[in-house]
Amino acid sequence: MPVQQDEVLQQVTQSEYKYGFVANIEEEIAPVGLNEDIIRFIWERKGEPEWMLEWRLRAYRHWKTMQEPRWAKVVYPPIDYQAISYYAAPKKRHVQSLDEIDPEIRRMFEKLGIPLEEQKLLAGVAVDAVLDSASVATTFKEKLAELGIIFCSMSEAIQKYPELVQKYLGSVVPYTDNFFAALNSAVFSDGSFVYVPPGVRCPMELSTYFRINAARTGQFERTLIIADEGAYVSYLEGCTAPMRDENQLHAAVVELIALDGAEIKYSTVQNWYPGDREGRGGIYNFVTKRGICLGRESKISWTQVETGSAITWKYPSVILKGEGSVGEFYSVAVTNHRQQADTGTKMIHIGRHTRSRIVSKGIAAGHSSNTYRGLVRILRGADYARNYTQCDSLLIGSSCGAHTFPYIEVLNPTAVTEHEAMTSKIGEDMLFYCRQRGISEEDAVALIVNGYCREVLLHLPMEFAVEAQKLLAISLEGSVG
Amino acid sequence: MSALLQIRNLRVAIEGKEILRGVSLDVYAGEVHAIMGPNGSGKSTLAAVLAGREEYEVLEGEVLFDGQNLLEMEPEERARAGLFLAFQYPVEIPGVSMATFLRTALNEVRKARGQEPLDPIQFLSYARERMSWLGMEPDFLQRAVNEGFSGGEKKRGEIFQLLLLEPRLAILDETDSGLDIDALKIVASGVNRMRSPERSFIVITHYQRLLNYIVPDVVHVLFDGRIVRTGGRELALELEERGYDWLRSEGELVLPTLGEQ
Repeated sequence: MPVQQDEVLQQVTQSEYKYGFVANIEEEIAPVGLNEDIIRFIWERKGEPEWMLEWRLRAYRHWKTMQEPRWAKVVYPPIDYQAISYYAAPKKRHVQSLDEIDPEIRRMFEKLGIPLEEQKLLAGVAVDAVLDSASVATTFKEKLAELGIIFCSMSEAIQKYPELVQKYLGSVVPYTDNFFAALNSAVFSDGSFVYVPPGVRCPMELSTYFRINAARTGQFERTLIIADEGAYVSYLEGCTAPMRDENQLHAAVVELIALDGAEIKYSTVQNWYPGDREGRGGIYNFVTKRGICLGRESKISWTQVETGSAITWKYPSVILKGEGSVGEFYSVAVTNHRQQADTGTKMIHIGRHTRSRIVSKGIAAGHSSNTYRGLVRILRGADYARNYTQCDSLLIGSSCGAHTFPYIEVLNPTAVTEHEAMTSKIGEDMLFYCRQRGISEEDAVALIVNGYCREVLLHLPMEFAVEAQKLLAISLEGSVG
Repeated sequence: MSALLQIRNLRVAIEGKEILRGVSLDVYAGEVHAIMGPNGSGKSTLAAVLAGREEYEVLEGEVLFDGQNLLEMEPEERARAGLFLAFQYPVEIPGVSMATFLRTALNEVRKARGQEPLDPIQFLSYARERMSWLGMEPDFLQRAVNEGFSGGEKKRGEIFQLLLLEPRLAILDETDSGLDIDALKIVASGVNRMRSPERSFIVITHYQRLLNYIVPDVVHVLFDGRIVRTGGRELALELEERGYDWLRSEGELVLPTLGEQ
């Protein structure tokens, strides 16, 4: 390896995670470990109705019978589920208005670039801020309420809109679905809830910002979004965590429901702490995200930019039930250092004339491992279903790995599926061309990677796209091969 | 006044094989030098080493660019100091628009010259003016860097970048190869428009055809890693007539270059 490249690869390892600070916020933390008493503890703290306790306990009992999945192409030591605390919430969080938020919490979110005062927010984005296990603030609630849109924390939804929650919670991702979904169902403490009534087009982006702060805790949030007939909503999710030597578990569940003619656009910029260059610390991001196009001509679109986490295990999926419904998945997953990602999507075609589109861009640098895993399943009744899949991998350096596992199951002879895949390297020629024009090596990598991801980034809302571009540059700082 | 570019006894190898075997050359500000020679004589190696490609190993020699030790500079530092290479095979960069790429490059160069960066609007009007010099289509800036360009479009694109970046020394590496006569004239007109007492050119070519349109001050013949002949424009015509083989019979003869006078 030329000296130059050595130096550059060294620089990669020095690129810094700028959200790694710990805020000094007084929190109430549940005793370490998991048993039925802990579930009762969470349930009590949240003052939930009786049916929630029963639901949680059923999920917990089922979870105990399950095995942690090990089929993903990721390697990590066994997780001791009895060594984690399942609930941590700021003590001072019951506030009547945004002005009463603990100044320490406010400062922390400001440091993260998420001001909680409405007048300071970007026009057109409403934010629900979730700190460890609890939602601490939701902005623009009143304005949205005028249109009949409900945007609140999950805890509040359970209290105020029990019919909606009971009808839809677990309807897309039942607690029996998988090990982490069962765990989440038993212990989830908060998250965001969105309901957009029939015919309403949500006028602003809704956004949840997740922050893990406390040590030795897990974050288990639950998000439920329902777009009623003809409704439209665009939802953004962002997340960060402090730098710690320990691994922290994040096991979220997101459920989306689109009724007739409804459209949900869900965008994620995932920037959990990825661990250090040796692979110490970092978040285990084991997430179940799934949407169902229940109604005719409905549409669900996932866009994700995954740059963080030590391990990512995540397959945002769409069940295409309604006739003529559309599912989309646009993904950029970047791994560097010792990060491992096994991510992709599932498109389950049930209804006739359903269409899905998958565009996945994996970028691997350092000693990382980057896997695309996708399933396209076209069931017997899905006449004329169509799928288009494109999954590309970009390798930077020679110590990383990219893998692709596409599964395609077609049970209907009228269906059409297309699959394209390409693996490329950032070549010396490309870098030299940029450098000969005066562009530094690092800027050249950022430029090339952004070009490579362009098709996906175009699907992000404007403010997010700019953030995502910067994030890509930071995550890959100096990673040249 | 010393030369803008001074090459002293440059010996360069790649993968253990010596390609340049002692090249010396002085290029003064305002001069156009043509370097001719048969395939494999080391012409493109010379261009690549001057631009800073890392796979070449410099065994001996020195290169000064405006008094600075060029061989110790990173490729981007050379570019910012005003050294430009028009590539023989320009690279495609999918998804990156010409506008983004060139504005990034131009602003780096401007920063090095102590000028303010251009915002996208200023850049656009600046770029469009220079595009018109070469008769380029307006959609050029929206296309991905060199992606799907024909051979001629790529070469024209390189000259356009030269017009945009206004270097002090431009090296044209076989810019004429694969061009029809009309494209050749356009490329040459762009270069001629940029000729000035402050700016120098090294035009690397296999054929003298290009030199009908870009008239050089000095012509060098590179043969087997050495400059074996240096003369005026008439040398190019002689080569056109007699080919390169007669030089072989002259053996290892090394003539002094202009710079050593």
